[in-house]
Amino acid sequence: MAKKDSNFISARESRRISKANAAITRKLDKKLNRKHVPESEYLTKMHDENNVVEFDDLHTYFYTDVGTVKAVDGVSFNVPVGKTVGVVGESGCGKSVTSLSLMQLLQRPTGQIVSGSIRLNLGDKAYDVAKMPIRAMEKIRGNVVSMIFQEPMTSLNPVFRIGFQLDEIIKLHNEGLSDEEVKKRSVDAIKMVGIPDAEGIYNRYPHELSGGMRQRIVIAMALVCNPRMIIADEPTTALDVTIQAQILELLRKLKGEINASIMLITHDLGVIAEMADYVVVMYAGRVVEKGLAREVFLDPRHPYTIGLMESKPVINKTVDRLYSIPGSVPNPVNMPDYCYFRDRCEKCVKNCQGAYPPEIHVSDTHIVSCWRYFDEQNRGEKHE
Amino acid sequence: MWKFIIRRIGLAIVIVFLGSFIIYGVMRAMPTSFVEAMARQRAAASATTGGPTYQEWLEQLNSAYHMDTDVISGFFSWLGGVVQGDFGVSWKYGIPVTQKFEEVIWHSFILNIITLVLEIAICIPLGIQAARHQYSGFDYGITVFAMLCISLPTFFLATLLKYAFAVKLGWFDLYGFVGRYHEQLSSGQKILDIMHHMVLPVLTLAMLSIGGLTRYTRTNMLEVLNAEYIRTARAKGLPEKTVINRHAFRNTLIPLVSYLSYLIPSLFSGSMITETLYQIPGIGYIAYDAMVAGDLPFTMFYSMFGLILTQVSLMLADIMYAVVDPRVRVN
Repeated sequence: MAKKDSNFISARESRRISKANAAITRKLDKKLNRKHVPESEYLTKMHDENNVVEFDDLHTYFYTDVGTVKAVDGVSFNVPVGKTVGVVGESGCGKSVTSLSLMQLLQRPTGQIVSGSIRLNLGDKAYDVAKMPIRAMEKIRGNVVSMIFQEPMTSLNPVFRIGFQLDEIIKLHNEGLSDEEVKKRSVDAIKMVGIPDAEGIYNRYPHELSGGMRQRIVIAMALVCNPRMIIADEPTTALDVTIQAQILELLRKLKGEINASIMLITHDLGVIAEMADYVVVMYAGRVVEKGLAREVFLDPRHPYTIGLMESKPVINKTVDRLYSIPGSVPNPVNMPDYCYFRDRCEKCVKNCQGAYPPEIHVSDTHIVSCWRYFDEQNRGEKHE
Repeated sequence: MWKFIIRRIGLAIVIVFLGSFIIYGVMRAMPTSFVEAMARQRAAASATTGGPTYQEWLEQLNSAYHMDTDVISGFFSWLGGVVQGDFGVSWKYGIPVTQKFEEVIWHSFILNIITLVLEIAICIPLGIQAARHQYSGFDYGITVFAMLCISLPTFFLATLLKYAFAVKLGWFDLYGFVGRYHEQLSSGQKILDIMHHMVLPVLTLAMLSIGGLTRYTRTNMLEVLNAEYIRTARAKGLPEKTVINRHAFRNTLIPLVSYLSYLIPSLFSGSMITETLYQIPGIGYIAYDAMVAGDLPFTMFYSMFGLILTQVSLMLADIMYAVVDPRVRVN
């Protein structure tokens, strides 16, 4: 007798799933690929005009052959104008998928935004990205929202010159510029990210540049159209430490210059502490804790956040062994409906056996999803 | 760059030299011998008149055809002629080999170049579309079609096509390169006549080769489409068409160029089975005949031509590689 494995899936089951998936994704894809969609369909209103982006109960699923992976399962947070929001969490917790949802760059047809909304503030109006068709999205990408990717080594096209790749995006979003003006803007952008000999770099191919230089070019490309929102998806992970510091410094400086907001995705808490105004902690596709960087760092509430904080090395503190959170993330297919962290948590209370914990306000800005603070809040409310 | 090319040419010369030596050796070792066959014929013809016997004929012909030497000195005497530009006279056809080659090569070349153009025009867009819609019905359809084309043997496919289009529908002639009244037609009509006769052979050859290139394009396109820089291109806001046609295709071109360069020799090497089935006097057909008859000069010339062409196309592939991929810089 074969051992019953929870990850085992029979061929028939898999076929049935993929058939069902195809039906769903085809419908969603069709909706996304429509031409001539009236603007009114995705026009929306910001809940707070001071936010650039509002994620509201976003659900992004991947329809795989072994089942539906709820990569992002009800994520809500805001990115205020001119601020940096750090999104932390371990690998596979949905950080990148959240940001890719905002760009509509999910790997289709498997990856789809299923429900919820992503409100994007364009100044005079607001769009709901979750409802936007691809064609309308193309005007937003690189122009209003731009993205800096993790791998500078591979995120530039190897067969085109740096200048061509920069010119391309400028021409795309600024029609009517002459070739000289476009080139001038490209060269300026290269200068802006602190590369000497901008003219020379303009005619180079990506492989002729170092990793740090390439990441600067990627940043230049992201900033050249003065976006309102920059998504930096682990911008320093692939770089060595000295270059990391330079790149972060550069990002901070440039953010101020063009007054953009940054959504900084990383698993490096040091980077978050350095850069972010707000912190969002994600775990298994959900936000477990969010708040001002100061609040989350000085007063972490969720056991997962506390675990994360303890698992980073601290200067002037002697420990024999660096802490690591026991266990691993639950199987993304068939998520339980109790707190996802329960099985790894050392601080479980009675309520943890029940449903997923609600959002609990520790302060006006500090929100945590954990049963441990449920009683505390209720008691507080009674006293008032 | 020049240093590279010179080194490459030097290497090519060595390869051609050794290759032709091996072919010469194999030809000499073949069980059929043109000289023996001829000697037997002549002996039979002169037997009644009391002329020379088979053995005498053989000795006489052997010295006339320089077959009385050993392989090495025979090879060098052949090579000596080649270096002076003399490829000799074809034993079977009785005319200089270059002249015979010139007569037949164009039939094969026209056939193959049309096939190649058709192949590229069909396979590359098909492969790209299949990659863009991976695992869709369209993709599976293409895969099945490609596999079918690869798996069908030439003679079977050609027979099927002939049966359907020539016998049943009567749209085309069953075989031949030109029609019955070709000589009486005006030059424009002559071209049309040849075109008309080309349809079935081209269709046969194209269908056979379509599978490979389509699959190759699809595989490479898929690899490129999953690359990070494609996501970057989309993140820039480029329309999907530009992403595919400019960013993805330029990168797919790199492996395709080398693949297509290898096809150049096949333009001239002919396609024996197809040419035989449609009775087109192309190089594949003629070279096979010559080889079976043991026609040493013609076979050697044909093989040499193929060898040199292969070397040239390999060199071209290397150079083209550097043209399409800036990361490749020869030194």
